[in-house]
Amino acid sequence: MSETVISVRNLTKRFGDFTAVNNISFDVYRGEIFGFLGANGAGKTTAMRMLCGLSYPTSGSGTVAGFNVMREGEMIKRHIGYMSQRFSLYNTLTVGEKIKLFAGIYGLSKQVTAKRSEELLARLKFSSERDTLVKALPLGWKQKLAFAFAGIHRPEIIFLDEPTGGVDPVTRRQFWEMIYEAAEGGTTIFVTTHYMDEPEYCSRVSIIVDGEVRALDTPTRLKQQFNAVSMDEVFRMLARDAQRGE
Amino acid sequence: MNVIEVNNLSKGYGKVKALDSISFSVKRSELFGLIGPDGAGKTTLFRLLTTLINPDEGSATVDGLDIIKDYRKIRSRVGYMPGRFSLYPDLTVEENLAFFAAIFGVKVKDSYDLVAPIYKQIEPFRKRQAHNLSGGMKQKLALSCALIHHPSVLFLDEPTTGIDAVSRSELWDMLKNLKEKGITILVSTPYMDEAFLCDRIALCNEGRILGIDTPQGIIEQFDSKLFEVRADNMFALLEAARQVEGVAECYPFGQAHHLVADDNFNMYRFKEQLGTFSNLTITPTEPTIEDVFINLMKQ
Repeated sequence: MSETVISVRNLTKRFGDFTAVNNISFDVYRGEIFGFLGANGAGKTTAMRMLCGLSYPTSGSGTVAGFNVMREGEMIKRHIGYMSQRFSLYNTLTVGEKIKLFAGIYGLSKQVTAKRSEELLARLKFSSERDTLVKALPLGWKQKLAFAFAGIHRPEIIFLDEPTGGVDPVTRRQFWEMIYEAAEGGTTIFVTTHYMDEPEYCSRVSIIVDGEVRALDTPTRLKQQFNAVSMDEVFRMLARDAQRGE
Repeated sequence: MNVIEVNNLSKGYGKVKALDSISFSVKRSELFGLIGPDGAGKTTLFRLLTTLINPDEGSATVDGLDIIKDYRKIRSRVGYMPGRFSLYPDLTVEENLAFFAAIFGVKVKDSYDLVAPIYKQIEPFRKRQAHNLSGGMKQKLALSCALIHHPSVLFLDEPTTGIDAVSRSELWDMLKNLKEKGITILVSTPYMDEAFLCDRIALCNEGRILGIDTPQGIIEQFDSKLFEVRADNMFALLEAARQVEGVAECYPFGQAHHLVADDNFNMYRFKEQLGTFSNLTITPTEPTIEDVFINLMKQ
């Protein structure tokens, strides 16, 4: 694993006097499941927005999917996948329509869209649901679909922002199996979560405290380093030292 | 006496049965947890017990009062913190508190002893408008407002959803203190690891209760053998383990996979069949609430 998909150095974001993200540097490699943890207010969302091309850093340098984080936000947006916590937009579309919508946004041709649509529905065993309204699906199904949509244009990296919030434990595990499978296939996964068993599934985990990356390693080595039995414990040890409130 | 008594309560929205004939009871000063994912019916249950909606079938009492007949009396005796922040965003912290006190016809100072441990943490910001508070502070204000009339029962709908692990522990500490002051608490959460902070829990899914007991009692309901398995390639291991005879289930569980064995399972045969995996280990382990939940969901 040497090919980097994300490589950033000294990324900083200031809002007036407030430094939300302070000099963060790290690399994420192809096919990794990279966990991104932080307490509320630690700067996690601000950092993710910069990595997704939604906001430009105040200073720093780096690339995401081969594009410059300082000035190629539009290109980054086209070459990454993104799934947010709540999949609520355009719920009055059917499953098939929503696939077309996503494919259209990413500029896929009609032929490619038709092909990917078949593949996606077959893989999820959703072929019978093509004409079902998205809003009528159970939450777990919606989340699985959302993940598939985020990858419709075969991005090198998919950002998942708390993808399993409120999902039942069986579906939550099925969701992680989809993540594993995508990563096995070479897609890089960048994921945030509040479920403290989930960092254990990650290849590497970074923990952000007061806008800085305070820890970054494999779950096994982090637990050794902090002499903790679980990632939950590691997280609490670091988050408790936070100086800044929410 | 039971402070909350629920008998065969049902509520539907169109074709969806949000609550499907559920029954349970909560004793005085109990901290009772409803544990389950979205769509379990937790919010519907709160709305029924706080008299905001009426049931299709069944009955329930809160503090000995009927949720339909005595709805006015119930409203003055319960505190309710909905899942979504529902204070007035353009009122300041202290104005919100004074407003809720006025609605219930009490004076802030009369209930101050109960509210103080929580309210003191946000008092430095008392002149700030509620919409400018952080998530954790909003929650402390909402809890203060829910307590201002000294309720005998407190209903908290997913107070820990979306907040980080540290703030979550703080909230549970506050609930423990309130319980010690004699307040009965019904609280819901999607986080299974919070179950052990409750006296008793109900595991809920899709409008039904899968099991009710103390957290330890729930764990003891798990009657299969459970193992922890690991190897270098965890994803391939998952697929391979499921093919072995005697493996009822195998699912990711933090750093290891959990393997539920049936009567035909043989550990040595398992190791032999998966001999190609490097660093394969399998060890017996104790089930958690989440294992029980998964098991009950699949029945």
